[in-house]
Amino acid sequence: MTYMSEHITEHAADGAGHSVEEAKRHKRTYAIVGVALMIGTALTVWASYINFHSRETNILVALIIASTKGFLVAGFFMHLISEKKLIYLVMGFTLFFATGLMFLTLQSMQPGSIVHVR
Amino acid sequence: MEIPYAVRARPDTGLYNAKIGIWLFLASEVMLFGALFSSYILLRVNADPGTWPLHLLNVRLGALNTLVLILSSVMVVFGWASLKMNDFRAYKRYQGITLLCALAFLGVKSFEYRDKFNHYEVQLKNGAICDGHVDRANKDTNVFAFEAARMVTNHAELMLPPAADAKLEEVKIPMSEIKDRADGKGKEIENYGPWHSSYLAIYFVLTGLHALHVIGGAIVIFAIWGPLSGLWKTDPERYINRVEVSGLFWHFVDLIWIFLFPVLYLL
Repeated sequence: MTYMSEHITEHAADGAGHSVEEAKRHKRTYAIVGVALMIGTALTVWASYINFHSRETNILVALIIASTKGFLVAGFFMHLISEKKLIYLVMGFTLFFATGLMFLTLQSMQPGSIVHVR
Repeated sequence: MEIPYAVRARPDTGLYNAKIGIWLFLASEVMLFGALFSSYILLRVNADPGTWPLHLLNVRLGALNTLVLILSSVMVVFGWASLKMNDFRAYKRYQGITLLCALAFLGVKSFEYRDKFNHYEVQLKNGAICDGHVDRANKDTNVFAFEAARMVTNHAELMLPPAADAKLEEVKIPMSEIKDRADGKGKEIENYGPWHSSYLAIYFVLTGLHALHVIGGAIVIFAIWGPLSGLWKTDPERYINRVEVSGLFWHFVDLIWIFLFPVLYLL
């Protein structure tokens, strides 16, 4: 067992993973994030029944909560807040194109748009 | 032959290869689901007034499934952290719970699908619409029997959730009172399958594709947890990397559901 522990710590030290100490510390963080996500879910349901006097506000509130939850999952569970540059580069490009796709979709529904669908 | 950088990080990237691989794969997945979310926006914004249902799905079941997936994600990171601490038994326990969560999620989802396939909309000759769950036990072919249904006067009314005090009743409609289809092939009787409306089409596509991801992810996690767990004894670092990579995929599946839930169940 001791051998295995040393083996893993050595591996972690070369930058390919996380150390044993980090893993211990992070376990508490994961639990807190998990509880936050569950509270966020309850909040999403609760907010959906509130009358904000405009449908758009309801949609905006739901998307803000979902995005916050998404950030928690990606940032802490997927370790994106402490990743290597290459991963940021890959996800940066992905977000750029995914956002572009959403922009084109919304733009396509505007009268006078170059990609107008109606 | 040894596969290079399966355990050690490549000097130029600082990462082992499988990790770069899974992130590239997840990037393609973001675009796949992004295209489907984009289709959802297009269908919803362009839907004619009174044709997009509100709170058609069971919010409690959707919320339950969200909590189940969040719990499973916590168990995945707990399992990974346990391996980092050399506690293989704890890892087995946590990942076992993850697999149970996956089964629970799929169980709830299949219950919801079954519910939709038993949910019928019947248009009557007098213009009214009867909507509810079919009574499968009824063998009388001269009537269409509902276990619990409500009667509405137009389609737009059907798109709104029933009032809190609305009573759903057992209804039997004689087939002679049901409107004939325009093409002459049978009656205007249709269940809430993907063919029913744009909303249900995109609902089944999005949740069906997501469920396939849950199944795929659960199979991989099970394989690493069970049949392939011998690697822990021979090459623990590589085993931990496998757990991490499968975990990254699982968190992505959770992430997608976090957006699917409000979009399909609440808005």
